[in-house]
Amino acid sequence: MSSHDSHAQGHHEMGFIRKWVFSTDHKVIGIQYAVTAMLFLLFGFFLILMLRWQLAHPNTAIPIIGGFLPESWANGGVMTPDFYNVIGAMHGTIMVFLGVVPLSVGGFGNYLLPIQVGAQDMAFPKLNMASYWVFFIGGVIMFASFFLPGGPAANGWTSYPPLSVVAQNGQTMWLLGMVFLITSSLLGSVNFIVTGVQLRTKGMSFFRMPLFVWAQLVTSFLLLLAFPPLEAAGVLQLMDRVFGSSFFLPSGLIVSGEKLTVSGGGNPILWQHLFWFLAHPEVYVLILPAFGIVAEVIATNTRKPIYGYQTLIYSMVFLGFMSFFVWAHHMFMTGMGTNLSNFFQATTMIISVPSVIILTTLLLTLWGASIRYTVPMLFALAFLPMFAIGGLTGLPLGLAAADIHLHDTYYVIGHFHYVVAPGTLFGLFAGVYHWFPKVTGRKTNVALGKLHFWISFLAINGVFFPMFFQGMAGVSRRLYDPMVYAHVAHSQGLTVLSSYCSFILGAAQFLFLANIIYSAFKGKKVESDNPWESTTLEWATATPPPHENFPTPLEVFRGPYEYGLTPKGYSPQHLQEA
Amino acid sequence: MIVIPYVDKPHPLTGVTNAKFGIWLFLASEVMLFGALFSTLIILRTGSANWPLGSTELNVPLATINTIALITSSVTIVLAWASLKMQQIGRFRVYMALTLLLSAVFLVIKYFEYTHKFEHGHFPSTSTFFAIYFTMTGLHGIHIIGGMIVNAYLMGPGSAMWKKNPEQFTGRVECAGLYWHFVDLVWIFLFPSFYLL
Ligand code: HEM
Ligand SMILES: [Cu+2]
Repeated sequence: MSSHDSHAQGHHEMGFIRKWVFSTDHKVIGIQYAVTAMLFLLFGFFLILMLRWQLAHPNTAIPIIGGFLPESWANGGVMTPDFYNVIGAMHGTIMVFLGVVPLSVGGFGNYLLPIQVGAQDMAFPKLNMASYWVFFIGGVIMFASFFLPGGPAANGWTSYPPLSVVAQNGQTMWLLGMVFLITSSLLGSVNFIVTGVQLRTKGMSFFRMPLFVWAQLVTSFLLLLAFPPLEAAGVLQLMDRVFGSSFFLPSGLIVSGEKLTVSGGGNPILWQHLFWFLAHPEVYVLILPAFGIVAEVIATNTRKPIYGYQTLIYSMVFLGFMSFFVWAHHMFMTGMGTNLSNFFQATTMIISVPSVIILTTLLLTLWGASIRYTVPMLFALAFLPMFAIGGLTGLPLGLAAADIHLHDTYYVIGHFHYVVAPGTLFGLFAGVYHWFPKVTGRKTNVALGKLHFWISFLAINGVFFPMFFQGMAGVSRRLYDPMVYAHVAHSQGLTVLSSYCSFILGAAQFLFLANIIYSAFKGKKVESDNPWESTTLEWATATPPPHENFPTPLEVFRGPYEYGLTPKGYSPQHLQEA
Repeated sequence: MIVIPYVDKPHPLTGVTNAKFGIWLFLASEVMLFGALFSTLIILRTGSANWPLGSTELNVPLATINTIALITSSVTIVLAWASLKMQQIGRFRVYMALTLLLSAVFLVIKYFEYTHKFEHGHFPSTSTFFAIYFTMTGLHGIHIIGGMIVNAYLMGPGSAMWKKNPEQFTGRVECAGLYWHFVDLVWIFLFPSFYLL
């Protein structure tokens, strides 16, 4: 894509380093984020496949890979319990903080938000570069912890004390890595908000902004305000681990039969409050950008305006706001008392309302449309029922009485994976296929894309649907060997089904990789700057967009989804005559 | 060249420049950071049967001097900014230097307080009182140091911008000032929370 870059602006060709490594161009930074994040997604996925092997065939050697792992991870190829714990913790951490968020916010957000509001770049391009590199350092720290003596963190992605405080050195690396990742998010979210509010081009009023931009703005506010408490908690846990304080260690704690020699007086539940104060808004950080992507894809492929565009915006804003008041629904089991439980049950039921509205508006947009079943549209269509399953199965978890039974079982794993895997990940796939022609100037292969969709769709349901039944039957999460518990061994058939589906799912991703790598270099060139006949501003510029996006600033004349109002079928935002 | 609008002129809708909007957002996140730590302090304290009285454990007179030093520095940084508004770069340097001097006074006194505690065997591991005291004042100290670096830069090499684009430079000083007020404000909460109550 380099040859297109030197448009008529009269700036010099930049060297490779300035252009691709220490770039301040939001599009390059977006690509850097996206590529890094996809590598981490693959890594996190690869880890969990090894874990699924252990669950399906406890105490048998992992084929091929087992032989390459060090003795402390896989004894004679058989996964050790310690390594199982490592995988559990690092899969969650990597998927959330190094995979999905960097891809959906860092990647898609960086690339699209400035273009969609008609800006030439982010408000603070150097800060943008800094946030990528701070993120990168955080990722390196997390990855490097695998090579520490003693290995990486193994205390779940939630890092609950006291275990995490008395655990091995990997946890210190985890905390350091998190401090970098949080700092990066903070820099990024300041940039996003200022860009979205201040750099909108002429005529781009708030209610003419694409839903994707709205989703990114709400997300940025969540990152900005919810992450600092986790940073504080991280600092406190670091103090406990490095300087021997007792923020999270109660008095008289006994570890391995011995009383700990610490001052005590701390409160382990305090960590849970600080953690979930971030981590609940974080789930909306995981889902909102996907809503945004899906809305764009659906509008383009139904050739209709989004039903209830403003309602959708108000719902997203309300969702973001409410997400600060539901965190303790993860803590019904801590015995926090009926008053608190009641409060958080009520807020949780309230927050489900905007989610349902969002889903309904998207669903109603399909009503009566002559849908173009493109590959991105297939993923976007699948997103809707998948997110619905994920969301609806969350309701019982928000009610304390039901949660007491379901807490910490595979039901929970099934529930939130429906939201983040066939939900968010499918949204992200839709986004990759949808904007690929704009970013690279080349098309992806449709047949491969459809194959990728159908196999992934079937397999991913095979992975996660059985988990609901297992969870309701009482199968706990984070179990190393299912065969030693009678009630768990009982459902081993479902475990095997789920595991093999996850292997098929893994295999299907090679279709995706092959497709995007081949298409990026050898794919069919797009003939038009607007191959999907879309209305938003990213389609109004050259392909790939030049260094400053628009040779001359555009003016916007109408809302983002004016489809089907003229004989042409669509009315781009920047054209005065529709 | 990229022409990013609203670098030195306020946006008509929000009434602020990009940088000022950015610094307000950053401060909002800082409020959440210290808010979480103050909540931690409250939870630890209310959950403890024998929380010590700050005035018996810590040095109130020294902290009072520090409070005065920081409040004065907030005044001098405003005067530095006001000097720029009156086109007096020389006076700006004087007031900025005073601000830095006062922040240095704060840090030196803090240093003596810390070493005094260490000599008496008070560490973060001694009790949750000292743990949260060292953590919060330490984090605040890091914020002071960060602010000093920025202020020193603006007084020294950074002031070269004054010739090229005085408006943007004044805006930068204003942002540094906002941050400095925030750091000052945090101390105004820390002082009673640890030393007096
Ligand atoms: C699509 C492929 C995926 C598969 C097959 C998968 C599978 C699993 C399984 C089996 C567990 C339970 C591990 C245990 O028993 O300890 C788990 C945990 C988890 N997964 Fe995934 N996952 C996938 C994608 C994702 C994504 C995309 C995210 C996040 C955005 C994610 C976040 C998590 C988290 C946070 C945990 C909890 C870790 C813990 O127990 O601390 N997963 N995953
Ligand atoms: Cu939650």
